[in-house]
Amino acid sequence: MTRGPTWFNITSLVLGFSFLYLPIVLLVIYSFNASRLVTVWGGFSTKWYASLLQNEQLLDAAWVTVRVAFTSATIATVLGTLAALVLVRSGRFMGRSLFSGMIFAPLVMPEVILGLSLLLLFVAMDQARGFWTVMLAHTTFAMCYVAVVVQSRLVGFDKSMEEAAEDLGCPPVKTFFLITLPIILPGVIAGWMLAFTLSLDDLVIASFTTGPGATTLPMKIYSQVRLGVTPEINAVCTILVAVVTVAVIAASIVTKRQQVQREREERAAFGADG
Amino acid sequence: MAEQTAASPAKRSIGGKLLIAAPYLWLLIFFLAPFLIVFKISLSQVAIAIPPYIPTFDLAEGWQAFRESLSELSFENYVWLTEDALYWKSYVSSVMIAAISTVLTLLIGYPIAYGMARSPKSWRPTLLMLVILPFWTSFLIRVYAWIGILKNEGLLNQFLMTLGLIDQPLVILNTNIAVYIGIVYSYLPFLVLPLYASLERLDGSLLEAAEDLGSPPWKAFWQITVPLSLPGVIAGCFLVFIPAVGEFVIPDLLGGSDTLMIGKTLWVEFFNNRDWPVSSAVAVILLMILVIPIVLFQNQQQKMSERDG
Repeated sequence: MTRGPTWFNITSLVLGFSFLYLPIVLLVIYSFNASRLVTVWGGFSTKWYASLLQNEQLLDAAWVTVRVAFTSATIATVLGTLAALVLVRSGRFMGRSLFSGMIFAPLVMPEVILGLSLLLLFVAMDQARGFWTVMLAHTTFAMCYVAVVVQSRLVGFDKSMEEAAEDLGCPPVKTFFLITLPIILPGVIAGWMLAFTLSLDDLVIASFTTGPGATTLPMKIYSQVRLGVTPEINAVCTILVAVVTVAVIAASIVTKRQQVQREREERAAFGADG
Repeated sequence: MAEQTAASPAKRSIGGKLLIAAPYLWLLIFFLAPFLIVFKISLSQVAIAIPPYIPTFDLAEGWQAFRESLSELSFENYVWLTEDALYWKSYVSSVMIAAISTVLTLLIGYPIAYGMARSPKSWRPTLLMLVILPFWTSFLIRVYAWIGILKNEGLLNQFLMTLGLIDQPLVILNTNIAVYIGIVYSYLPFLVLPLYASLERLDGSLLEAAEDLGSPPWKAFWQITVPLSLPGVIAGCFLVFIPAVGEFVIPDLLGGSDTLMIGKTLWVEFFNNRDWPVSSAVAVILLMILVIPIVLFQNQQQKMSERDG
């Protein structure tokens, strides 16, 4: 694995990444198109972005979506982190395989099934549908993703620091907040962000579980896309892509810096011991 | 001190139980219970009412009424699914489309994952980031982006006609080919990531040994690299195939009116025909088709996490 990359490898990487990125790049370019026709270039313009600001329905939908995503990602992160701790730390308990089954199944379960089943649950509970039902639905599938992300951080975790704290009489809850949480924090943050973007992105589950007054942005985009491609939609999509890209890159830089700092501190600490 | 150490195991076990109970109960209520309700409603009849099916259970009416409504349940909807060709054709075509797309994703994803695993170590974090990034950006947006490219007067046809490769625009949008492109594009990161993970772990000295013993590179690839990357291939293929079978957005936006996929059939049955019992029955059968691959996927995940741990 140490030899330099061959031409074949470089070609496949270039082609592969062009395939992944070209559609998004084209979408972004054509959001600045002055022409109403989406596929004919009519000069540079930002007028579609200006017209977005006047579209109140769209802004309302965006606000609902952000609130749903924020709330559900936060609850999902708490539950998902607990679930990951259970999966990695609790050893054997009654119904363990059912539990891990319920964590992994939603990752591959078709969204139409999740959406339909949650809607029927809310109907059976006689729950009025709207913001809360979408939020609960998103929390449920997002917590499974959080659990998987945090779990991968917990595996290969050095338990000796926790054991040392407990031996010194530190109560388990305090140990968790002082030692375990800081170490798994990059995983927890990544989990929250994943939950947030999954919720921001979801069309199918939201369509099933929503009610009057809680139209989310993907539902709004979907109903307009069915009528045809328009430059306004390109503009909305560009903003969403930009927000997510900046957030992901910022988060990865922050976690990397933290990791480097932590390693440096650990080395310094061990150096001082020796 | 002695008191504290005596008390802490008991306290921890209560804390430990609470720790297990919170996510467990949540998933029981919001993941498992809904499936039982879907199954129950799949045995009900459609009705013009709110909610649009009978019988509805009302525990306040007592045990007698509950038993009466139980006797009203029937397998009628399942019989209906076997009688109307639309449904079984949708199932067969969904599985076919998902299978073809999975093979295509593997053919495109393997060289990418291989190229990443063979690239210099300093490139790898950036390449990994580049694969993950599209996965974070909206699924709906990525599918939408293809409409502008694949349309008759779209960018691909404009490009090919300017080059003079074609005189007539290719009809791709609203055909199954567009659905394959959409699925391959959307699910590619799901396949590349586990595959890259298993290729990166591969011990390079095995390949060097094969080369030293005079094995040509393609032979070493087939006899060493491919078998050792198999866990990644399997995990990636499951991650593409299972959700693709029930896919709704891609066949709806990119497929044509003759593209039959069960996710779309269920959606139409539910939102347009408002037939909740039949759509529940469609969901139950879909789940039964997917149970085997889902269980295989979980066993494999468990095996992999045990090996890592």
